[in-house]
Amino acid sequence: MLYFGEQELAAILLSLKIAIWATFLSLPFAVWVAFLLVRRRFWGREVLNALVHLPLILPPVVTGYLLLMFFGRAGFAGQILNDYFGITIAFQWTGAVLAAAIMAFPLVVRAVRLSIEQINPDLEHAALTLGARPIAVFFTITLPMALPGFVVGAILGFAKALGEFGATITFVGNIPNQTQTIPSAIYGFLQMPGKDQGALTLVFVSIFISVTALLLSEWLARRVQKRVHGQ
Amino acid sequence: MTLNVSIRHQFSGFNLDIAFSAGSGVTALFGRSGAGKSTIAQAISGAFAPTEGHIALNEEVLFSSEQRVNRPAHRRGIGYVFQQDLLFPHFSVQGNLEYAQRYGRSQTGTTNLSEILDILGIDHLFHRRPAGLSGGERQRVAIARALLSNPSLLVMDEPLSALDDPRKAEILPYIERLRDHSQVPILYISHSVSEIARLADQVVAIDNGRVIKTGSATDVFADPNIVPQLGLQSAGALLTATIEKHEDDGLSKLQSASGPIYLPRLDAEIGQSVRVRVLAQDVMLSSVQPENISALNVIQGRVSAIKLGRGPGAIVSIESAGNTILARVTRRSVQALNLEIGSSCFAIIKSVSVAPNQIGRG
Repeated sequence: MLYFGEQELAAILLSLKIAIWATFLSLPFAVWVAFLLVRRRFWGREVLNALVHLPLILPPVVTGYLLLMFFGRAGFAGQILNDYFGITIAFQWTGAVLAAAIMAFPLVVRAVRLSIEQINPDLEHAALTLGARPIAVFFTITLPMALPGFVVGAILGFAKALGEFGATITFVGNIPNQTQTIPSAIYGFLQMPGKDQGALTLVFVSIFISVTALLLSEWLARRVQKRVHGQ
Repeated sequence: MTLNVSIRHQFSGFNLDIAFSAGSGVTALFGRSGAGKSTIAQAISGAFAPTEGHIALNEEVLFSSEQRVNRPAHRRGIGYVFQQDLLFPHFSVQGNLEYAQRYGRSQTGTTNLSEILDILGIDHLFHRRPAGLSGGERQRVAIARALLSNPSLLVMDEPLSALDDPRKAEILPYIERLRDHSQVPILYISHSVSEIARLADQVVAIDNGRVIKTGSATDVFADPNIVPQLGLQSAGALLTATIEKHEDDGLSKLQSASGPIYLPRLDAEIGQSVRVRVLAQDVMLSSVQPENISALNVIQGRVSAIKLGRGPGAIVSIESAGNTILARVTRRSVQALNLEIGSSCFAIIKSVSVAPNQIGRG
């Protein structure tokens, strides 16, 4: 009943690879941005906040199109990458990583932000009065205490990256073995007669991966919470 | 050590405009909630920058609006003990203390881990987690942590206000020991008259964003004019005395300049100097030497001030061999006894009216 052909397996592995890379790419930026949004008051904070949430409210196709305009061969960043570094990301799996990371970014920022907001700022001030520099306070107090939020954010980002469809297909297309992820493969199979089984297989795999990720995140978050807060 | 503070800041509906200095020992910043105490503590520790002001510690300028100096909190060398304990929950007690040693200023020999653990009585908690400690234990660890960063000044901002009365009673002797055995000067911020009466050497009383009185604890508590700020129930002068003898019937005999004083048995050694807060409402006055009364303590003195209240009450201040005693009586009694400034008078204090928490080490 389930059918794992070459194309199905390739899509699954590629999807996992893209989602993992996208998660690791967006996490550090998300932590940094979330910290700025919660703890610092600066000019343009609201603009940054809106910018972060943009991928969440824009139609994914629009995000994909903007990426194509900017990072495509003729785009501003795409040209620089190509001319100076010999790197092309449009219609490559690396492009899919970028698209997925950007689409996942707002979700990761939200999760991390919530966990930083829960830290009493007086704890950080206490660390300062003990003589720790702000950067040391960030790494020894803020970061470890916000760890449960990072775990939740990472899993959310991973799930979002895994399911990303609109921006990915617009930016990198749907090329089997190269840029075809699980969602785009399902979409592709549904367009072709006799490929229903492959689509169904990938649907089950998606459900399996997502539920596993969710359970894993619950378990990890509980463990980390226990370790951080000692309860 | 000298801390010089002058701060001016306008909040909505509230102006802070204060100036004071603090030397070694314990300086208490006293005032009701909302008097601006915590803002001052935050300005000193670097969490808050007032519009105008100058804060200097031993010639080092920490903040100056004029010179545009605002030294960041981590370079001020000011230990800060908060209302809540604020131990780092992801470290053990040991981890919390090591954090201070690691990031604090280099040790000059004045702070010694085992000595501090001993003063605060927390050596047995070393390997525990903050979440498993009682409120009093956590606050003691927080004090130890602040001391281990080797600060030039320890600011304690309402350190006991989050604790219940038994916990307060448990922790106060440790702070007294800290005052007597550690070289670090302390700025103790509180709205509690009883804490300040026990701990403070100097008092800066503030009300409504202004300094209303500064001086030694004895002088400030003997001033009938700040009774309204202290609250009628908690007003009372401090009497200095030395423990002379623990007697067989459960009393301790103390010697003061104004004569012997008998109090319920004190948990302190003979020769120990103590200060006793005698609440004004527990003092009775007599114009003649009273005879055949049950009260054990009769102190002779002269009336030095009479402050009539708006209601039926009055505060009478009695001077006796360098000690001052405040008595809260009725205006009617003042008239009946013919009390005037300079008139001779006897203050009567029941032994049992002095609660153990009104007695501190001198």
